[in-house]
Amino acid sequence: MGGYRLEWRVMIQLKNLSKTYSTHGAEHTALEDVSLTIEDGDIFGIIGISGAGKSTLVRCINLLEKPTSGSVIIDGVDVTAFEGRQLSDLRATIGMIFQDFNLFAQRTVLENVTFPLEIRGDDRADRERRGMELLDLVGLSAKAKQYPSQLSGGQQQRVSIARALANHPRVILCDEATSALDSLTTNSVLKLLRQINQEMGVTMVVITHEIGVVEKICNRVAVIDGSRIVEQGSAAEVLEDPRTDVTRRLLGRVRWDA
Amino acid sequence: MREFLTEYGQLLVDGTLATLAMVFISTAITYVLGVPLGVLVTVTAPGSLKPHRGLNAVLGWIVNTGRSIPFIILLVALIPVTRLIMGTSLGTAGAIVPLVVAATPFVARMVESSLAELGPGVIEAALSYGASTWQVIWKVMLRESLPSIARGASITLITLVGYSAMAGAVGAGGLGDIAIRYGYYRYQDDVMIATIVILIVLVQLIQTSGDLAARALDKRNR
Repeated sequence: MGGYRLEWRVMIQLKNLSKTYSTHGAEHTALEDVSLTIEDGDIFGIIGISGAGKSTLVRCINLLEKPTSGSVIIDGVDVTAFEGRQLSDLRATIGMIFQDFNLFAQRTVLENVTFPLEIRGDDRADRERRGMELLDLVGLSAKAKQYPSQLSGGQQQRVSIARALANHPRVILCDEATSALDSLTTNSVLKLLRQINQEMGVTMVVITHEIGVVEKICNRVAVIDGSRIVEQGSAAEVLEDPRTDVTRRLLGRVRWDA
Repeated sequence: MREFLTEYGQLLVDGTLATLAMVFISTAITYVLGVPLGVLVTVTAPGSLKPHRGLNAVLGWIVNTGRSIPFIILLVALIPVTRLIMGTSLGTAGAIVPLVVAATPFVARMVESSLAELGPGVIEAALSYGASTWQVIWKVMLRESLPSIARGASITLITLVGYSAMAGAVGAGGLGDIAIRYGYYRYQDDVMIATIVILIVLVQLIQTSGDLAARALDKRNR
């Protein structure tokens, strides 16, 4: 952990982020004073048990959730107050993939992949060329004219990865991207994400509750518990020498009867 | 049978055409009004794309009020309005105004429930790629719900077949008018039974073609 880090560019910086929901007068804190720095080109894991605030945290990065306080800085620009056109343009540079894929059931695979280009107003020929290129990359060009319901879970997630890449994003947010997949499919999807990170330099933020995901692809990791970041560091260090109970629990290093 | 057809055949054909005209024209106008209303109720709901408590409450109230007035009463109450808009309260033209007024809130609610079938996930995905509110409504909500909205359209058409028969009672013409004039006032059971048979066939045709259209549109489960 020497000075070499200074040469890295910071891609995402979260400063003292808090998010409170009030429903029917009752306040619920989803995030409390969360600060994180994610470097350009990194694969950054955010791990925690259900309800810890992971999903809210990742949605604050592209402002699908507006933080109650604190700031979100992407590539040096404070985007926390972005709205309208400016916010749409920002989101276009941040791909996102989801646990349940969230593909459009009434669109073909190719139309799904080119959706981000369609809303940007690219013409059909251009976006179909780009779409086929991406389907090639994820190994599904033969399925271009099919519909999501005709694909397996792993194939659907590959389509959604291709869709997330359509706009040449700088960042891809992965919200429990492999949690709905079996272990073999999980591995192939993780390999694809790592390959994209290595070949295109896309920064990845990986939300998960599975320690295996962190082990396999993350360089750095933050552990979130009870709306706060309780531990962070290089993935190797945190896995090797967990400092908190929740991390040990996530690692499975607890006695069952305890 | 032949005698019956020579005597009443033309009457029944004209009545059927009048009913079809009333039903299809009203349905078309109803969807032009009801779809935007249903979308507006949906997107202004709390937690949706553009939450707006006041507007949502007002629209909800309008829709509920529209739906709570029995059609036969609406029909009579609207006569002055119908005269103002169409110049007459009689015939096919006179039936369209009350049919549209009655069916629009109904369609708005059906569109709302079609849109609600769509999980929040795909809308969130579209937003995450930078889609504007308008793009989400047009390219995601309406497009993804199209098969369900089409299924709703056959329900609307069938409901309006029923309403149009009531409109027949107050001078709108069509099969309802024939059934009442001949079947009810003149005790001509054969004419009434003929109108019932035609109505049953109409409803079956609408439902079957609606189902076929929805199935052809729906790309899931294939």
